Amino acid sequence: MPAIEILGLQKTYAVGFWRKKPKIALKPLQLQVEDGEVFGFLGPNGAGKTTTLKLLMGLVFPTGGTARILGQDWRQPEVKSQIGFLPEQPYFYDYLTARELLEYYAQLSGVPAKERARKISEMLERVGLSGSANTQLRKFSKGMLQRAGIAQAILHDPKVVFLDEPMSGLDPMGRREVRDLIEQLKREGKTVFFSTHILSDAEALCDRVAIIHQGELRGVGAVADLTSSVHGKVELVWQGKRIPTSLKTLGADCHLSGDTVLAVLPEENQEAALEALRREGIRLISLVPVRTSLEDYFVAQLKPVPASAGATA
Amino acid sequence: MSARIVHIAANTFREAVRDRVLYNLIAFAVLMSGAAILVGQISIDIERLVVVNLGLTAVSLFGMVIAIFIGIGLVSKEIEKRTLYTVLSRPVRRWEFIVGKFLGLAGTLVVNAFFMAIGVFAALLYVSHSFQATDGWVLVALYFIVLQFFIITALALLFSSFSSPLMAAVFAFALFVIGSFAEDLRGFAALTHGLTRWLATGAAYLVPNFSALNVISSVAHEQPVSGHLIILNTAYALVYTTMAISGAVLIFERRNLK
Amino acid sequence: MTYSRRVTLAAGGLLLVCIVASVLLLRGLDRMRSGATLEEVLYISSPKLLKRLSLGYDGLLADIYWTRAVQYFGGKHHDGAEHFDLLAPLLEITTTLDPHLTIAYEFGSNFLAPPPPNGAGVPERAVKLDEFGIRHNPEEWRLYYDLGFIYYLDMHDYANASAAFAQGSRIPNAHPFLKLLAALMAEHAGELQTARVLWTTTYQTTHDKSVRANAAAHLRALQVDQDVTTLERLAGLYRQRTGRMPADFAEMERAGLLRGNPVDPLGYAYKLMPDGRVEVRDPDDLPFIEKGLPPGYVPPKRLKFLPTD
Repeated sequence: MPAIEILGLQKTYAVGFWRKKPKIALKPLQLQVEDGEVFGFLGPNGAGKTTTLKLLMGLVFPTGGTARILGQDWRQPEVKSQIGFLPEQPYFYDYLTARELLEYYAQLSGVPAKERARKISEMLERVGLSGSANTQLRKFSKGMLQRAGIAQAILHDPKVVFLDEPMSGLDPMGRREVRDLIEQLKREGKTVFFSTHILSDAEALCDRVAIIHQGELRGVGAVADLTSSVHGKVELVWQGKRIPTSLKTLGADCHLSGDTVLAVLPEENQEAALEALRREGIRLISLVPVRTSLEDYFVAQLKPVPASAGATA
Repeated sequence: MSARIVHIAANTFREAVRDRVLYNLIAFAVLMSGAAILVGQISIDIERLVVVNLGLTAVSLFGMVIAIFIGIGLVSKEIEKRTLYTVLSRPVRRWEFIVGKFLGLAGTLVVNAFFMAIGVFAALLYVSHSFQATDGWVLVALYFIVLQFFIITALALLFSSFSSPLMAAVFAFALFVIGSFAEDLRGFAALTHGLTRWLATGAAYLVPNFSALNVISSVAHEQPVSGHLIILNTAYALVYTTMAISGAVLIFERRNLK
Repeated sequence: MTYSRRVTLAAGGLLLVCIVASVLLLRGLDRMRSGATLEEVLYISSPKLLKRLSLGYDGLLADIYWTRAVQYFGGKHHDGAEHFDLLAPLLEITTTLDPHLTIAYEFGSNFLAPPPPNGAGVPERAVKLDEFGIRHNPEEWRLYYDLGFIYYLDMHDYANASAAFAQGSRIPNAHPFLKLLAALMAEHAGELQTARVLWTTTYQTTHDKSVRANAAAHLRALQVDQDVTTLERLAGLYRQRTGRMPADFAEMERAGLLRGNPVDPLGYAYKLMPDGRVEVRDPDDLPFIEKGLPPGYVPPKRLKFLPTD
């Protein structure tokens, strides 16, 4: 059973004083996320990522279409006990301490009283907030708030976790921590659906991604498939400044930088190049197939589409 | 279900307390002490009158201000700060959220009124050196004031569910003033004709009936309050509060939280 | 049905039920409390304090008290009350809050002074109220008129009445009748004609419905009194000529003493009694008459002269 099934959800806002101008935030979306997947929902700002998440959370009502989460109608209140949500740039009750915040959310999620204290302590430990458990949230940094947000999203052990731009505003350290957390969640068998506009994160974490632009789905698929190499090239990196002359005849494109050389050449000449380097006693650092980056794919999908009626950015 | 409502209510109460709402009790205590001491020095016979009048009016006004100022933000603040998103992503029903918020603020006001009641009775004791049987009616007057709090809180909540805090405050305050003259409005409506009469009568019946809940001056003159009035007022406050909260639920159920 | 739908229906239903319930409860409360709000005026020992507390909104508050005063009097009169204890305090508070609300003084002079059940029966307070009004509105001729009215009608103090009318007549734009009334007070105070001038002035110049209705009733009564006096005198004249009382008005007409069938101000024919007295058809409909009443007639508790009656 797919964890998430989006069956034609769409949202149009009526904007303007007389409500005449319709603004299409999301065109009918068909999407499926399998159980246990880490799914990336990519798109530039204003593409409709947050709208989709809000529709799924029941914060906003669709103009059409339905959805199912874990096989149930997404509007059923019971579904909510099995999902967790981290909104974009979250803000929490700043007069509460971290522990109190998690206590409150645990109560609302129906975590039995006996288990609450234990689960909260575990969660605080897990997101690295044990030291600030009794500090009021108004004193938290952005990174700490994000971690608190993730804590409340997974506190009640949900099967599906929805994260809206979980890395936004974090420093590289913070981003690393969030990535590690998502990987942990995957190992625990949870389904993770997260939206982002940072492609490298998606590339590293996701099993599959979808790209959305101007309210419309532009592409879905496994990262590997989307970026599979068409070029048939490989990239060699070695130490030293010497470039064996034979490489040029093998069609290598060489760049010297510092005391390493980076060469790109056709895949079929890979063995010959390696042989040439060995003969010269050059130490190879890496050999990597060149792939279309997700970024290339992304940008290609974002090419403007012939204007359809009513669509605005 | 009921557990969630209680948790939301408790959290709302906690928020009010941490927002230092209860500090108003200090201002109130200062006021009552000052009044009691001043009044104790003037002519006999009207000290009780002044203490009761002043004390009850202060309880009413302080409470109204708190009810309106916190009430208008009950929903809109959570939407603006987006704290609501994480709450509603849990198995919390939207109507539970509204009811919980109401109970939290209502509870805060009851606690506040309780402490103020102690203040009033302390001042009364100071100026007359003993309690009298008629002091019991002061408790009834306080009870009516608490009923007024429930009504105005429910109204502030209703307005908070769909309009900005400023407009909600304006509406709530306007209804408080008009509601204090509700009986006059109904009398006035009876004198008009035609369409005006329909509209005026409709408005006069929808406006909260604060005039019947205000027995401060008669209690100050040691007049009793009839049991029948207590029953009718209680029923009315219950019904009106439910009315406003139902309205809030209806609006909030259908609201897109952008 | 989705959960949300169910909640919407439940809340909508509850809302409707509560609206109905609140209306019913309000009616019950109003019935219980009619007069309770007004009784609080007895606790306002100092209208001046109230004025200060009203923080500048005294005009609005005055209007509210004025409305209450009118409804109080009309409502109680309709119910056949014998006392109108709250009318004086209500009017006093109204005029303290807004001393320029001249209609309040007029109402007071018409309904504070007369004895119950037609008024509150406190002419001295009415005089005080009016004098307060004159102090604050010295150019308002109506107030002198009202003062004279009270002295003349309810206190039978013709000297003071004359002085008040005379003072009023000196104000520019005063009704020409004031001078006339001042003069009439001296010699013809008790006469029908004087009363008629007074009530006509009131009727013509007032803007208040209750006051006008009251004046109309009085004028009708004066008309009846005059008619009955005249008719009885003519009947006596007939007897002098013919030696017996006339059997009906037709006979008097044939004798050249009358023209047409005499009718009262409401349009009903007068009745000629065998002993020469004249009676009105329905005395209940003609309050304030002093003649034309059947013997042993007891007027009803509540005289019908206000528009709300």
